[in-house]
Amino acid sequence: MAGLMIEREVVIEAPAEVVWRTITEPDQVSQWFADRVELVIEPGAHGYVEFGDQGGPVVVEIVDPPARFSFRWNHPRGEEPVAGNSMLVEFRLTPEGDERTRLRVTETGHELTAWPDAEKQRYADEHQGGWAEYLDRLATLLANANRDASAGR
Amino acid sequence: MPARADDELWSAIADPSRRQVLDLVVSNGDVSASWLAGRVPFTRQAVSKHLVVLERAGLISRRKQGREVLYQVEADRLDQASQAMAELAAQWDRRLDTIKRLAETAHAENKKRSRHDG
Repeated sequence: MAGLMIEREVVIEAPAEVVWRTITEPDQVSQWFADRVELVIEPGAHGYVEFGDQGGPVVVEIVDPPARFSFRWNHPRGEEPVAGNSMLVEFRLTPEGDERTRLRVTETGHELTAWPDAEKQRYADEHQGGWAEYLDRLATLLANANRDASAGR
Repeated sequence: MPARADDELWSAIADPSRRQVLDLVVSNGDVSASWLAGRVPFTRQAVSKHLVVLERAGLISRRKQGREVLYQVEADRLDQASQAMAELAAQWDRRLDTIKRLAETAHAENKKRSRHDG
């Protein structure tokens, strides 16, 4: 189970509708995501993103303006992306007043999407911030253990 | 495509019980399966299974000491994973920053335009 890998957020001084357009209109998407983006924002639409000389297919999942947008990517070329061979990127927009929006992005690995919702929630709660933080914590544990060892524990 | 994280690694640490085992190995150094089994709320058999998965992901390794098999963390692998994650997070931070700048600029322009129109 690969699980939640990344969760990041930003507060934007603009209404959710404006943020929505920024994350979904292809000429805007190409400014923050990839060098070249071919994408129709419709559930199930197949598109393509290019980074320099590399690229890959993208498939749109949820389109719920101006609150939720998700797509799958990183699946093997020529295969349909499903929970198990791809990464799910999900944006959630939460208005905070008329001219402010909180934008949260999560990138989720494979099998987590197949978990029951309650389990996912528990897991997400346990993992605020995702793997980066978990691994940071492990690295700290390790550093402490090494320090204790070299201090002749 | 940007460097992606390693699946076997993530699946290895996604399981909460396995994380518990890994935490113990990380903080205590050379430990045996039975030592671990005495400190977790699941069976010795489950501990062994978790150790196999963690070892396959390269996060821990084993060595024999007398009749005992001791497990230790593979610090380089952990470090590598940690850096890959940090890079992935930084990548999204950069994207979100760009989105913020684009949206705020568009919003400012919309407001200016509506003032002119109104």
